[in-house]
Formats: sequence, structure tokens, C-alpha cells
Amino acid sequence: MKLLIRNGTLIDPLASSQQRGDLAVADGHIVGVGAAPDGFTAEQTIDATGLHVCPGLVDLCARVAGSEGEARAAAVGGVTSVVCPPDTDPPLDEPGLVERLAASARIHGGPRVYPLGALTQGLKGERLSEMAELHAAGCVGFGQGDTPLRDHRVLQRALQYAATFDLSVWLRPQDRSLAAGGVAHDGEVATRLGLPGIPVSAETVALASILILARETGARVHLCRLSSAEGVAMVRAAKREGLRISCDVSAAHVHLTEMDIGFFDSRCNLVPPLRAVRDRDALRAGIVDGTIDAVCSDHIALAEDAKEMPFGESVPGASAVELLLSLVVKFARDASLELPAVLAAVTARPAAMAGLPAGTLRAGEPADVCVFDAGAWWRVDGTALQSSGKSTPFQGVELPARVRHTLVSGRVVHCAS
Amino acid sequence: MTGNPQLTPEGRLRHLLSIEGLPAQILVQILDTAGSFVSVTDREVKKVPLLRGRSIFNLFFEPSTRTRTTFEIAAKRLSADVINLNIATSSQTKGETLLDTVANLAAMNADMFVVRHSQSGAAHLIARHVGPHIHVVNAGDGRHAHPTQALLDMFTIRHYKGEFSRLRVAIVGDVLHSRVARSEIHALTTLGVPEVRVIGPRTLIPAQVERLGVRVFHDMSEGLREADVVMMLRLQNERMDGALLPSAQEYFRCYGLTAEKLALARPDAIVMHPGPMNRGVEIESAVADGAQSVILPQVTFGIAVRMAVMSMLAGKQG
Repeated sequence: MKLLIRNGTLIDPLASSQQRGDLAVADGHIVGVGAAPDGFTAEQTIDATGLHVCPGLVDLCARVAGSEGEARAAAVGGVTSVVCPPDTDPPLDEPGLVERLAASARIHGGPRVYPLGALTQGLKGERLSEMAELHAAGCVGFGQGDTPLRDHRVLQRALQYAATFDLSVWLRPQDRSLAAGGVAHDGEVATRLGLPGIPVSAETVALASILILARETGARVHLCRLSSAEGVAMVRAAKREGLRISCDVSAAHVHLTEMDIGFFDSRCNLVPPLRAVRDRDALRAGIVDGTIDAVCSDHIALAEDAKEMPFGESVPGASAVELLLSLVVKFARDASLELPAVLAAVTARPAAMAGLPAGTLRAGEPADVCVFDAGAWWRVDGTALQSSGKSTPFQGVELPARVRHTLVSGRVVHCAS
Repeated sequence: MTGNPQLTPEGRLRHLLSIEGLPAQILVQILDTAGSFVSVTDREVKKVPLLRGRSIFNLFFEPSTRTRTTFEIAAKRLSADVINLNIATSSQTKGETLLDTVANLAAMNADMFVVRHSQSGAAHLIARHVGPHIHVVNAGDGRHAHPTQALLDMFTIRHYKGEFSRLRVAIVGDVLHSRVARSEIHALTTLGVPEVRVIGPRTLIPAQVERLGVRVFHDMSEGLREADVVMMLRLQNERMDGALLPSAQEYFRCYGLTAEKLALARPDAIVMHPGPMNRGVEIESAVADGAQSVILPQVTFGIAVRMAVMSMLAGKQG
């Protein structure tokens, strides 16, 4: 099958370049960038005049595996590679579970799915999982999902063991005791609304422990979902020191703050909590200077009644995979940044960090492609999302950029007609 | 974000969910209306027909005898039909969601819900989901708000002090967990009190509380100096279990109101407490029962203030 995407603005975030031209695809791979190779005759043509053509998005956290609907939602969002956290039910702590997840993803034919294995058995934080075996079954890293470890000895051992095989450990820095009972950033809004607070120290205390143990063990650590200015500063310093760490932030945290909770809007109940304006601004600066490697959706499809409760009892999380591209493009516009540089945070940088064959438009690479209209504005309506999760803190917000075509291995998995 | 959910587009009171966001003029209107009801409660026949035929449901998801009783008395003096539901012990334990419970009760032709719930924001959630003819009164939600308590406190202050614009008011105790304190702060600042102080140990003062327009003191003697009004907060016993405070004795020593400490306030200062009191923990009996205490009048005014709120929400207009 030969396919030609004609006359688009080709963005290669890895090269930080954009050029007008064609993208030629044959047998699932990119065979020509800028112009088709000599003698190339397309069986199918996509007219990309006025559109951007970039690598398919790499989402470092989206709970889309095992569901056809969620796989379709990812395709609609232009996402072609997804890392799935291990906090599935049951947790991904056995090779059989990992293989089953990968198999169901293949059947659904959406994005490529890269599971994270459970760092500890059952995510209980007590015994290490069989990391070598899980890695052989396809896990690209190991983590605890949203269940932080409480025992530093276990964390130390897990990092040592993972470092033995040079496996990466993905951790969301949150100290359990400091965060216990909290539902919102411990600041002005939580005080005003009487919501139990989660202090910034819940993040920084955990971060300090992780960084110290990463230094001691030499393990590769990916820090998930930073939320605070202090956290960004600590990661920046640790990277400068040469620790093998990387980190991501959720797209919601790039845009929203505690103020968006308004009068108890439970759609803004997220983990980690939305923090103050200065924190949001520090996260943005962290993306720009490379302290933060990636922006992820942190997508979760919640049942409708999960949010129809008082804020503190509502289930945290949001439907987000279909908004990822728009939120990143909006960030580029807000911050007056070049599109390729910002798109790198959802393509080349996360792919390189997780070691995935994705995130670039180069001849010879798998043809995972996202074709989008950067100038198409749309109003977010949760009920119109493909995902079965309809709750989004961006309900009613006008966002730029709509995905027109999504290709995985040269196959069109989404086409907005 | 939409506008204040408790006001109609014309700026009239539709629900009473929190003091925050209400204009001073509405607060004054409530206090003035309450003033007209104080005389009703002194009459031999204590009833007025303003809410005749209206059904008021007291939905208490958290146990409370005192607040529920004052709402009940207020509703009955307005001639409304009152239905008391202690939901803490019924549907919720059977797994029915809050909104299911409310939808079922709304179907019984309720006109007003008086809601108490342990979660901050519960009254807002209910208000968002009821039909346009149903009014919601927040009778305390988590740590967030207790607007009728704050209003009766304002009524009491106005009764004894006349006006708000020259007062120095000190709120003492567990501000962190107190919905009463939050509502009092908003009410005082909205009504133009120039200096609102909060006094307590750092473990019981919420983050960035000064953004609500208050001055923070950790030394009680300093905080009470020249105060016109001293508003004590209740200290819940369970606060002693964790690492917030070492003991009731030490709390009383540092933050309990004694005659000696009260002497630092202005000689005509009044002492208030939302009840129920822990004598010997946050306040000593000599002060609670002393000449400067207005704690019992607070309770009496509470009925008139709740009558005012309910009649303004559901009474016939004009």
C-alpha cells in the first residue's frame, strides 16, 4: 500500500524544522520526506494543503489499553503510541497480563501500546515484581501508578534491582503521609473552599527521596506528573548534576490552576492537584528549557457519576487524550513558541526518553503520522468526545487544532471527514 | 466559570450556600428582615403565615441536634411544613448517592432543602441539580461554610455594637477545620469591618488565610489587644488524636479564653461562641457565663435570622 500526503507543512520536531512538501508512505514506513521518491505512484492520496503533518503523538500516560472505544479516542487525538500505567485491574505484575493487554491493543487496531509493569507485586509496595521477565514480555518501564511507595527500603531495592538490568523506573513523586486526606492544593483556594490540602511538600519530600536514591543506585528514573515550581527547580538541579532522570507533566497542569476549581468544580479534581499560578508558570518554563521532557494526557475514562459527588468524594482524573494536541498547540500560541519545539514534548522527546521507535518523520521510520489543522478552533464538549469518559476540566473552552488524519504504520486509523 | 450560583441573574438570593460572593446589601437585607422577626419570637402567638403550604426538608447527612432544631423552629414559625431526615442513618448507608437521595425528595414536592453534610461543597452540588423552584440552604458543609451561623453572629454584633465600620474582631481557635470561621471572615469583611484577626497555633491556621483579608496572630494576648468582639471557635475532641495539638491542657493554656486574657480586649468587648462549648478547653466558665458573654442571645437571634433567610428565599414576593 502506497500513500502520499500532499502539500502539507511537514514538522520534524527532532530536527526542529518545518517545510512545505509531501510525505510518501509505503508498506507501513516513511519512504520520502519533502518529496516522494522517483517512480513512486500513490494508491491513496491525502491532500494536506493548509494542514500540518507531524509524527503521531507519543502519550506517556493514557489509560486506553484494553478498550476499543478508548483506542479510537486516542486515534482521534492523533496519538499513535501510548504508555499505559500499571494500575490496571488487576495490576500489570505478571507477563501473562502484559501479553493479554498487548494482544487486545493489536485487535483494536489503534495506537501502539507500551505497558509499564508494576514495580512491586500487586502494587502493594512490599515485594518486587519479576522485572526481567516483565521486560521480556514487553514492559518499557516499571512504576507504581498512583500508589506511591511508602517504604524507602523497598524503593531503594527496586531502584537497585531495576538498575541491574538498566530498566527505567517511573515514579510519581508524592509522599503518602503528607498527601493523606488532601484533595486540593494547600493554598488560597483550598483555604477558601474548606478543602483538605495537599502541600507542595508532599511532592518535594518524595522527590528528594527519589533523587537521593537515584543518585545512590544509578537507576534511570522517570518522574511522572510534576506539579510544583519547587519540584521543577529540584529536577532542573538534578539534571544539571547529571542524574539519569527525565520527567513529564500533564497537559491540564500546563493550563489550569487551583483557581479553575471555582465553586467546587469536581472536573478539576486531578492528581496531582492543580496548584497556584506560579507553579503553572514554572511548569511552562520547565517545558521550554527542557527540564520537563514530555507533556502527557494522563487520560482516564471515568464513569459519568464519578464526578457527580461533592468535590472531595469525586473520583480524580479527566478524559484528555483527545485534547492533548490542542492543549499543546494552545500552549505554543500562549507562550509564542515555535510549533516544532513544542510538539517535541509530545513526540520526539517522550519517544527518546521511553526508547520507543516513534516521534520523528524520517525515511525508514514507521509511518505513524498525525495530520492536523492548527487553525481550526473548536469548543470542547465532553459529551461529544469519542472516549467513554466525558469529564474534562476544559468543558466549554475554545481550543485550537483539530486532527484530520491519524496513521499508524501507514494505516489510516482516523479520518475526520 | 459561571456567576455566583446562589444569586438569580437579577441579583436576588436564590440559594444560601456561602457568604462569599454575596453583596453587603443582601447581607444587610437579611439582618434587617431578621430584626422584624425578633419581635415575632417575643409575641404570644409566635407564628406568621409567610411560608404556609411550603415543604421544607431538613437533610442532615451529618448529625446535629442544635442547628436542625433552630431551623425547624424557624420554619414552623413561618408556618411551613417541616420534614426532618437524618440521612446519615438511612439511604446513604444503603449505597444511594447524594444526588439520588435529593432527586427522590425533590419528587415529593419539596420547596426547600436545608442541608448539612460532612463534605465541603455538598450544598453547591445539590443546588446545581435541583429544579428552579427549589431553594437550598447550607446548614454547614465540611470545612467550607455555615452561612446562617455567620449571619446570626453578624446580627448579634450589630445588636450590641451598632455598626461594623469601626470594629476590631478577633476569631480564635481552630480556623483550619472551621466552616464557621470561614463564613464569619467573609461576612465581616463584606460588611466593612476594618480589622479581622485570626488567632491560633500554626497547625490550626489554613494556608494563605491572609488572602481572605485577615491578620494572623499566633500569640493570643497580642491578637486580643483592643478587640471589640472576640469570637471563639469550638475545638473538636478528635483534633487531639493526631499531631495537631499536644493536649487540651496546653491548648487552653495558650488559646483558651480566660478573664485575664479577655481583659486585654476593650472593656466593652463582647464574647461569642457558636456552640456547643468545651468549657475549660477553648473558654473558661467564668467568661462563658460572664457579663461580656452574648452566647445565649446568639442562639435566640439564630431563629430570627433563619426565619429571615427562609422567608426571603421561598416567601411570596412583594
